[in-house]
Amino acid sequence: MRFLLVEDNISLAKVVVDRLSLDGHVIDHAKDIATANEYTATTEYDLILLDIMLPDGDGRDFLTTRRSKNYKTPIIVLTARSEVSDKVSLLDLGADDYMTKPIDFSELEARCRAVLRRKGDSVQTNISHGNVSFDPVAATLSVGKEHVTLRTRELRLLELLISSPGQVFSKSKLVDRLFSYDQSVTENAIEVYIARLRRHLVGADISITTIRGMGYKLEKSIIL
Amino acid sequence: MRFFFLAISLVFANLTNAFEVEERAFFGNQTGKSKLSIISTADIKYFAPMIELFLERYPNYGIDYSVVSSTDVMKVMYSKKTSYDLIISSAMDLQVKLANDGFAKTYKPNIDITIPSWSIWNNMIFGFTQEPAAIVISKTAFKHDHFPRTRQELINKLRENPDRFKRRMGTYDLRRSGLGYLFATQDARATETYWRLTEVMGQLETNLYCCSSNMIEDVVSGEIDIAYNVLGSYANNHPLSDKYVVIYPSDMTTVMSRSMILPTSSGNERSAKLFIDHVLETVFVSSTQRTMYNLSLSTYEENSLNRIKLGPGLMVFLDQFKKQKFLAEWENAILQTEKR
Amino acid sequence: MKKPIVKGSIKRRLSALLTIVAAIIAIFLYFLIQSVSRQIAQSSQDNILLASATSIIDSSRFNKGELSIDLPYSSLSMLDTVTDERVFYSIKLDNKFLSGYKFLPKADAFETNNIAYLSGNFLEQNVRVVTVKRLFSISGQPVALEVSVAQTLNGLTKTLANTSRASLVVGVTFFLIAAVLSFMLARSAVNPLARLTRSISKRGPKDLRPLATSVPTEMVPLVSSLNSLMLRLEKSLTRSEDFITEAAHRVRTPLTVVRAQAEMILRHLDKPKNRKHIKEIIRAIDESSRAAGQLLDHAMVTLRADNLVLEKVNMNQLISDTVERLQPVADLRDISLQYQFFCQANVVGDTILLQNALYNIIDNAIKYSPVDSTVHTTMLSSKKTYIEIKVNDTGSGFTLDEPSRLIERFKRGENVEGIIGSGLGLTIVHEVIQAHKGKLEIKNLVGGGACVSFFLPSH
Repeated sequence: MRFLLVEDNISLAKVVVDRLSLDGHVIDHAKDIATANEYTATTEYDLILLDIMLPDGDGRDFLTTRRSKNYKTPIIVLTARSEVSDKVSLLDLGADDYMTKPIDFSELEARCRAVLRRKGDSVQTNISHGNVSFDPVAATLSVGKEHVTLRTRELRLLELLISSPGQVFSKSKLVDRLFSYDQSVTENAIEVYIARLRRHLVGADISITTIRGMGYKLEKSIIL
Repeated sequence: MRFFFLAISLVFANLTNAFEVEERAFFGNQTGKSKLSIISTADIKYFAPMIELFLERYPNYGIDYSVVSSTDVMKVMYSKKTSYDLIISSAMDLQVKLANDGFAKTYKPNIDITIPSWSIWNNMIFGFTQEPAAIVISKTAFKHDHFPRTRQELINKLRENPDRFKRRMGTYDLRRSGLGYLFATQDARATETYWRLTEVMGQLETNLYCCSSNMIEDVVSGEIDIAYNVLGSYANNHPLSDKYVVIYPSDMTTVMSRSMILPTSSGNERSAKLFIDHVLETVFVSSTQRTMYNLSLSTYEENSLNRIKLGPGLMVFLDQFKKQKFLAEWENAILQTEKR
Repeated sequence: MKKPIVKGSIKRRLSALLTIVAAIIAIFLYFLIQSVSRQIAQSSQDNILLASATSIIDSSRFNKGELSIDLPYSSLSMLDTVTDERVFYSIKLDNKFLSGYKFLPKADAFETNNIAYLSGNFLEQNVRVVTVKRLFSISGQPVALEVSVAQTLNGLTKTLANTSRASLVVGVTFFLIAAVLSFMLARSAVNPLARLTRSISKRGPKDLRPLATSVPTEMVPLVSSLNSLMLRLEKSLTRSEDFITEAAHRVRTPLTVVRAQAEMILRHLDKPKNRKHIKEIIRAIDESSRAAGQLLDHAMVTLRADNLVLEKVNMNQLISDTVERLQPVADLRDISLQYQFFCQANVVGDTILLQNALYNIIDNAIKYSPVDSTVHTTMLSSKKTYIEIKVNDTGSGFTLDEPSRLIERFKRGENVEGIIGSGLGLTIVHEVIQAHKGKLEIKNLVGGGACVSFFLPSH
């Protein structure tokens, strides 16, 4: 997906950019409102991450201006303020969601997903191969005529595997990605999710292969 | 009925006291503890019914009743030697003097009815009668003639027939009778005709008496024809009252009030108070008794009545100067020749 | 809030003082009227006595050197007209007694008109005596004729008793009226204060605008200092809020950076031992973030709880909004959030604080719930005047001794192994509920799991 990050703190911005890029997203960084306006004038974004405290003004003003111009791109506001009242008024002003810093990236991911889902079909993120159609935003997996809605972890696991077909992901890496750090989870939990996905993918043109001692990878069948 | 002792006529020549008890009677239970001694100017005959009524109510009492002249009442009280429990007198002026001089004890009667204001003075003197002064004329005196109704008419009649009435008249000796003096002074105060009448009476060598009863007796017996300033109550209660006519002069009739005093020297205060209450109740409540002591005065024109009022005014004529002067004038008028 | 120290009362002091003054005036009035009426009564008695004595003296005649006095009847009767009185008189010529009461005391203090009065005692009675002197010249010799007339005091005493009663009535009436007036006066004097109090109490908790009520000059210093106090308070509040905001920003931003960096390191690490170390670091960062966040939250709640912004809050809406907000977080752990209403309820309270409390409770429940479980939120009405909101989870529950102690700051249960928390979550919730005059209950469910429920007075 294409993100715009509007954030004045350089080190924080770098981290966010790096982190999200790791997941395969494209991120632009604007360090003030003026730059943000420039970017949004020329580029269409799937989602904007907006910091409240900006050098040349209050992020809220950007928000209201955007909304008054009927700007449709979903915006998630990043705020360091603990002040609860701010959060409520942000939603009133037009933000789709907000997050407080420090950002939990998995939470950010979940919220982005939720926001996009709410926004509807303006984003084309469908991935198809053969008789498989996978919409990560809608969290739906279609295998031939069978449609199933994936639970969050299954969804994320599949998304991960399908983003780099053929790449081997170790169990530990998968644990890192799928579970938060405060959960004591054994690597066997991954096996459970893999098994679930496999059940859904019976007869599909994609499959998950176990590489003993190494991990798992997704393979696409050759379509004739 | 309650006489245990007959009425005794005693002449007590009590040398130390120098007063004369005219009559004395003992009523009721003389041996018990409840006693009452009364000194009075009223005849026993006159007052006995009142006493008997009291004894009917309080049978245990014994009453010692002495009759003296009004001046002797004063002598007794001022000498302070004998003590009595109750003083009854018709000499209103002397009663006032007694009370004023401090011989009377104050007492608020303990009875339920309202007593007319003329009756009580300073809660010291209790009047219980209204007795007018009358002219008693023998029926034989004016057989066919008109009886005089006013003093002026009397004067005219006397002047017209001086010989007929020479030595045939009687009136009070003011020097001896307190009541007589009172009546005379009231007359002189209220009428213009008094002195003229007295002058005429003097010319006719009028007889002078100490008391009403004697005057009435002499009219009855035929000694005199006209008695002037007689107590109407006595005149009406006399058994032979049909022998004379009682006239209340319509120009002015003096009305006297007989009264009681509770002396400070009394030894039986409680009994005296009971008696006072009894008399007042009898007189002011029970209508039958009333007429006995008060001649019904309703037939008389109120304007012609001079009801003597208890009060210090009555002391004026007791003033020695005033009295001297009055008596001198009176003597001058009445004593053209000394009689009796 | 600590009660102010009460010392005395303006109203009471004012009315007490006025009442005392009224009493003093009333007493003064009483004595004044008494004195005046006594003088009047006395002088009217004296006048009659004088008339009597004068009429006696007027009736005196010297005839050939001999004195004759013809007492007028009225001279003594006039003294007995209204009340019965004992009357005494004495006539003396050159101090030689002539007639009347020999031992009647004589008044000596002659004024220029040869009249003297005396209040004395005769025959054990209190009497008032007037002595009138007249000088005659008898064959060239001056002779003094003195006539004294005295009267007992029955009438005077009765008059004085009446006036005494009257003056007492006047005094008491005056006093009662004055007392009533003084209460009313005191109350009206204190009115401006009451008005000011009313206008201040009517204000909302955050209303720190300067006072606009009109006040009497004496209260101007009070109002000015109140206004300046409120201004300082507002500034101080703003400063505190700003400080908290600033602190939040300063602490959290670097934490974000550290965490992100650590995550990225983790991605590139393969050795389990290294991975373990980094994970520990990340865990520690999360803990400090959470702690910082909650500390600031707690400070905010405390600040706000004293000045609740009260409004009608639709609890159904609030619950659904909060649950929706937490959905992504729950999804991360495959936890399903469900809610159920058994009633429609509104509550008078601070929306933001209530949202915060509910958020904390459900967030807590999510944290301690195992994967693939459900967290139930229920709302029902309890006893007509309260509503109850329950959040149930299927986690490990609270350690049984004294779940209520978890409300204490930083107290965490015993089975929180591996779960990051600051220990302030329930404290915050408790403070919010308390500020709304509600009740918080935490207990374990039969069959496992915890239940946090709170009661709020319904609107």
